[in-house]
Amino acid sequence: MRKFLCVLALALISLPALAQDEGMTLQHANINLSNTASLQRGAKFFVNYCMGCHSARYVRYNRVGKDLGLTDVQLESYLMLAGGKASDTMVSAMPQADAKKWFGIPPPDLSLEAESRGTDWIYTYLQSFYLDPKSATGVNNVVFPHTAMPQVLWELQGTQKAIFTTVKNPDGSTYEVFNRFEQVTPGKLTPEQFDKADRDITNFLAYMGDPIAIKSRDLGLKVIGFLIVFFLFAYLLKREIWKKIH
Amino acid sequence: MSNETQKRDFLDITGGWLHQLRGWIDARFPMSKLWNEQVAQYYAPKNFNFWYFFGSIALLILVNQVVTGIFLAMNYQPSASQAFASVQYIMRDVNWGWLIRYMHSVGASLFFVVVYLHMFRGVIYGSYKKPRELLWIFGMLIYVALMAEAFMGYLLPWGQMSYWGAQVITSLFGVIPGIGNSLMQWLRGDYAVSGITLNRFFALHIVAVPLVLIGLVLFHLIALHEVGSNNPDGVEIKKHKGPDGIPLDGIPFHPYYTIKDIVGVTVFLAIFAAIIFFSPGLHGLFLEPANFEPANPLKTPQDIHPLWYFGPFYAILRSIPNKALGIGAMGLAIVLLFLLPWIDRNPVKSIRYRGPLYRVLVGAFALTFIVLGYIGLQKATLFWAEIGQRVQELYFLFFVLSWVYTRPRTRGFLVGTFLAVMVIITLFDWLAWDPGIARLKLVSWLIPGVYCAIFLLLPAYFGKLLEPKPVPERVRFK
Repeated sequence: MRKFLCVLALALISLPALAQDEGMTLQHANINLSNTASLQRGAKFFVNYCMGCHSARYVRYNRVGKDLGLTDVQLESYLMLAGGKASDTMVSAMPQADAKKWFGIPPPDLSLEAESRGTDWIYTYLQSFYLDPKSATGVNNVVFPHTAMPQVLWELQGTQKAIFTTVKNPDGSTYEVFNRFEQVTPGKLTPEQFDKADRDITNFLAYMGDPIAIKSRDLGLKVIGFLIVFFLFAYLLKREIWKKIH
Repeated sequence: MSNETQKRDFLDITGGWLHQLRGWIDARFPMSKLWNEQVAQYYAPKNFNFWYFFGSIALLILVNQVVTGIFLAMNYQPSASQAFASVQYIMRDVNWGWLIRYMHSVGASLFFVVVYLHMFRGVIYGSYKKPRELLWIFGMLIYVALMAEAFMGYLLPWGQMSYWGAQVITSLFGVIPGIGNSLMQWLRGDYAVSGITLNRFFALHIVAVPLVLIGLVLFHLIALHEVGSNNPDGVEIKKHKGPDGIPLDGIPFHPYYTIKDIVGVTVFLAIFAAIIFFSPGLHGLFLEPANFEPANPLKTPQDIHPLWYFGPFYAILRSIPNKALGIGAMGLAIVLLFLLPWIDRNPVKSIRYRGPLYRVLVGAFALTFIVLGYIGLQKATLFWAEIGQRVQELYFLFFVLSWVYTRPRTRGFLVGTFLAVMVIITLFDWLAWDPGIARLKLVSWLIPGVYCAIFLLLPAYFGKLLEPKPVPERVRFK
């Protein structure tokens, strides 16, 4: 079944009408891993909207708390919605078998999504749901056509429809290219606020993909600083020793 | 011994008991003798330049890979169900595990960078020529062992690209007539790459191949210290010895090159650290995005390609439409490197004295290799297959031209070779004729055409381009 779905997805992606390369260029996520407030908001969005179905099974709550500067109380009240221990990993309460029954494919683990898909992809994907009555979930996605995922953020973003323009091939056949979105119903957030929320979620996913990245840069500067000083001494010593060689 | 004890050295600081210890050991094990013969009284030419840093750096990376590898093996689980998760466990839960793993993964890529630069040094200064042919062969064996090591290691994270890369590369053995299929199954231990393959690759990666590698490195060093180092001028320093039997242009490896190598190593470490701490995946080049998805035997990725360091050979493999011929070409690309000492027999070693056109040829060869590497990472389209085929022709032409440039050739010989090469290339084009890309094929024909015209017709009429400069008797310094 899964293989079939994947083959189907691949086939659909390659349909010219929905050609990913031509229709939607990925927008730059423009995230900032050192913006802890953004990461905290992203974490909150993640547990509220994503974790209903998706897990991040390599990520531990207490590690997130430590890295994002949350106290244990904040961690328990804002992020650990289902209770459990702080050292637990972020596993969704939705049983995998049910998820597979409902969506045809179990929702993928998101621990490493930013590493495998890229942050630009995630950012653009979350913006790109549009109403499509032909789809089982009622929505479709320009970045990932026929995605099994429903529009979870509709409450925040509102709903939008996609406008396609028809392009003629030299041989007379036509195909459709994505042009723009038009808002149908407004959401709780303005487009600017939603854009910010999207960046926060993307930022948090990027953090989860490589949690050490928020710290390794500082350590790297120290290591390279040491090596520069060491280089000076090594170079001077080398010059001193080599003086005798003519 | 008596000579040395008269000199004050750092052992004196402790008031002599370290001297006694050294004496005690030397009476039972040739410690001082080994140190002197291999380091303190190993005379290396004094004119080493930038290109001579990479041997010692390669050795340092080997140590880095072994040490980080040991710590990774303490936490890694070699099984299809646990491998991927155990890597994430190392990255997230093991203290400093992320650093150990990034040092190992970035180290693997930089190993190839350094080895390629080290090999290129051998090419530009003719270090493979007599009496260093075996030294070169041991080096090439190290390179092949390194490729095996890297290939098997890449399966261990058990990501999508690990899995499908191993699937593709092991399937190459399947085309060998007769025994191909059984051989492929024997290598995999299964009908397809599976947990069994993972287990045996783990054993080979952490025990068998490292042992071979370390042994070969030892042989490489023994051969080097037997014949002595080449140098940028390509002259033998042993020809001019002082009354004490020490080469006039030689300086003891220690302290001169130990301290110089420390300077080089420091610069290397800064680059190494910059990648580890700021961009360990190097934008998908050192850690591929597809490998952050666990291996799934039921889902073939849209685009399978090996990591960048196999790119040139993968490009050669892919650019030939016939699988068996492609594998043959890929094998030949490596075999020709082994044979380089017997292909290029020009008595002048260093590029410095071989005439301007040879310099251009070696530069073009380096560029060819880089372009092939780039093509190896592109999606398999008709366009890239065709361009890959052309650039591959340039790769093989390097060896033909190296042979042609072995000694002065007549105009007739050069023009004749030009015609012969172009007839062979055209014949291949005719055999693999595809009306769909006729125009691309005809236009791209100019790539080997112009290349051959430059390197064969030009010297036929301007002999000076290949005229060697007189090689100095002694090395130039400063």
